[in-house]
Amino acid sequence: MANQQPNSGNPRVDIEYRRKKSAEEMKHQVITFALMIFLTIVAFVAAGYEGFSGWFIVPFILILAIVQVIFQLYYFMHMSHKGHEAPALFLYSGALVGFITIIAFLTVIWW
Amino acid sequence: MSTLAQKKGFGAVLWDYLTTVDHKKIAILYLIAGGFFFLLGGLEAMFIRIQLAVPNNDFVSAGLYNEILTMHGTTMIFLAAMPLIFAFMNAVMPLQIGARDVAFPFLNSLGFWLFFFGGVFLNLSWFLGGAPDAGWTSYASLSIASEGHGIDFYALGLQISGAGTLIGGINFLVTIINMRAPGMTYMRMPMFTWATFVTSALILFAFPALTVGLFLLIFDRMFGSNFFDPAMGGNTIIWEHFFWIFGHPEVYILVLPAFGIFSEIFAIFSRKRLFGYSSMVFATVLIGFLGFMVWAHHMFTTGMGPIANAIFAVATMAIAVPTGIKIFNWLFTMWGGSITFTTPMLWAVAFIPSFVAGGVTGVMLASAAQDYQYHDSYFVVAHFHYVIVGGVVFALFAGAHLYWPKMFGTMLNEFLGKITFVLFFIGFHLTFFIQHFLGLWGMPRRIFTFLPGQGLETANMVSTVGAFFMAAAVIIMLINIVITSVKNEKVGNDPWGDGRTLEWAIPSPPPFYNFKQLPLVRGLDAYWLEKMEGKKGMSPAEPLGDIHMPNNSFIPFVISLGLFVAAFGAMYRAEHSWGIPVLIFGMLITLGSMFVRSVKDDHGYHIHKEDLEDNNDKGVKA
Ligand code: HEM
Ligand SMILES: [Cu+2]
Repeated sequence: MANQQPNSGNPRVDIEYRRKKSAEEMKHQVITFALMIFLTIVAFVAAGYEGFSGWFIVPFILILAIVQVIFQLYYFMHMSHKGHEAPALFLYSGALVGFITIIAFLTVIWW
Repeated sequence: MSTLAQKKGFGAVLWDYLTTVDHKKIAILYLIAGGFFFLLGGLEAMFIRIQLAVPNNDFVSAGLYNEILTMHGTTMIFLAAMPLIFAFMNAVMPLQIGARDVAFPFLNSLGFWLFFFGGVFLNLSWFLGGAPDAGWTSYASLSIASEGHGIDFYALGLQISGAGTLIGGINFLVTIINMRAPGMTYMRMPMFTWATFVTSALILFAFPALTVGLFLLIFDRMFGSNFFDPAMGGNTIIWEHFFWIFGHPEVYILVLPAFGIFSEIFAIFSRKRLFGYSSMVFATVLIGFLGFMVWAHHMFTTGMGPIANAIFAVATMAIAVPTGIKIFNWLFTMWGGSITFTTPMLWAVAFIPSFVAGGVTGVMLASAAQDYQYHDSYFVVAHFHYVIVGGVVFALFAGAHLYWPKMFGTMLNEFLGKITFVLFFIGFHLTFFIQHFLGLWGMPRRIFTFLPGQGLETANMVSTVGAFFMAAAVIIMLINIVITSVKNEKVGNDPWGDGRTLEWAIPSPPPFYNFKQLPLVRGLDAYWLEKMEGKKGMSPAEPLGDIHMPNNSFIPFVISLGLFVAAFGAMYRAEHSWGIPVLIFGMLITLGSMFVRSVKDDHGYHIHKEDLEDNNDKGVKA
């Protein structure tokens, strides 16, 4: 188990490089944060606006929600970093299984 | 080994096993508990066959027959086959990847005890007013109507043991992802480890569907909800979907590790590298993937309509392709190899035609239009016994003989092993082959008796005779185990002589820390590679150093016990005033022990370098 140290614990990594990385990271996070707030406002506006029918609003909000989830995962939960391939794989597989289940229930049982 | 071999009193050994977090001991626990439930399920099978031996039999009543049938299926799938597979995964997989234990030893123990208490709970139904009687599939239209507490035992018991399985699956996944020895890349992992990996992923995705289904069932039966009651706006088909979304992956959860065990056996006893290793990996992953797309082939006759039926029929047939890849790879592995017919190899060779027969009837069932003829007849019973017995149970027998020396340090008797094989092989085909025809002649499945003069007598009698052959085989196996354990002739690292993977490079049984120094893996079949270069063992990947080990813990036992107690409270809540207090008390035990676990720091201990060196002098090589 001793060989399983995550590389972040490695004392030899270049501090300068790390700083630059963090600064970049910070910038991304601020931008996504702003975007997420914007998308949330858009969702509220869409729901509140009289002119749209439900057939537009519901799928539209769902799409916004998916985008938000992706932002959350990649920019705040660091899935864009290296070493997250296995969690990503399992996350997507799980989402796929859930999705198939829902589709099947909608089409086979309730349609 | 010197420190291990000391004689201990019975109490000390018992306490050791109750608190152990060592994957090798947990494997033995799974083996014993799973073996016990296998005998229980086997006994139930014998009762079924005795009842059906002659027409109009009254060996058991119709109601009791339903209970025996249900408990046979449920026990065999959840409490025998799964735990026995977990036994081998626990015993072998960490050794195969060169790890000192699984990623979460504590959770490993928790998984076992949850399974165990769930199984005990389910079986206590026999003594507490009757077992579940709606079939192992427990379709809601039957199970909601079933009187007494049988179905409650089913739902609560499976919920508890299912949690254990889920925990076990996640643990294996993390272990394989994180704890491989230096050099052990994914594409150098032994086939059994790959099978464990894919199986654990299937567990992770399939069991939640069962959990949800069982919760809905529990709520419908015990707390007055109406998910499955059409009269109240529910839909009984929902249960069937949930059950099979879990249920079909479950059959692959069982059979993929069996494939893994056979892959090891074919390579070892043909003295050849597994043919088409990368295509084997690919096929395993593909089967795992497709396994999730086919569940509705169990529901062709529920009226899903032609489009859904066609989609699921084609998807099901597609699974035959990766399965075929595997079959051919095994044949090519044997081709030109120097084959030795040891007991494990006999099981492996017999597995191929037996399993293929089950696969062929599977494809027949998969064509939806035909399935209207076969459905709910003995043809289906024949199909799934060919795949489950011919695939999974054969693998469990083969694995038991193959890994017995690794788990217990002594070899099962080969002569008795072969007798077991011959009796079981004959008995198996005698029992189930004829059932294809029984089905085609119109015998429905899940009936407690049949009438004379319909042409079903002889075939049913033949089937029953076959069952006795299998029972005899199991008894001989038990005798073999007793004799072997009493003799207890110790064997060395590589008792079969042709071991290829890491587990054969260390003593049998391995020391509790497995590897003194983590091995350096230089390719597929790591140990074989070193042997071919004339080396005695693996080259170490690290200098000798302190080894960090987890402490034993009694907490997993207590957590599981708490849920066991709470389940009684939940079940009797409506008719006894003590129900609610017992429910709360049980939950308090569980949550309390979880709390203790969280706040109490347990850093484990270290085996010091000096002690390891010490061992070396005394010749651990065995
Ligand atoms: C690989 C191991 C397999 C196992 C362990 C297995 C197990 C089972 C079980 C237990 C059933 C009975 C379900 C019930 O209670 O009604 C069943 C039914 C079925 N199996 Fe398999 N099976 C396997 C492989 C296959 C394959 C390869 C196919 C097709 C290519 C297949 C197709 C089917 C179909 C269509 C049914 C539904 C029959 C019906 O209910 O009318 N199975 N299988
Ligand atoms: Cu299936």
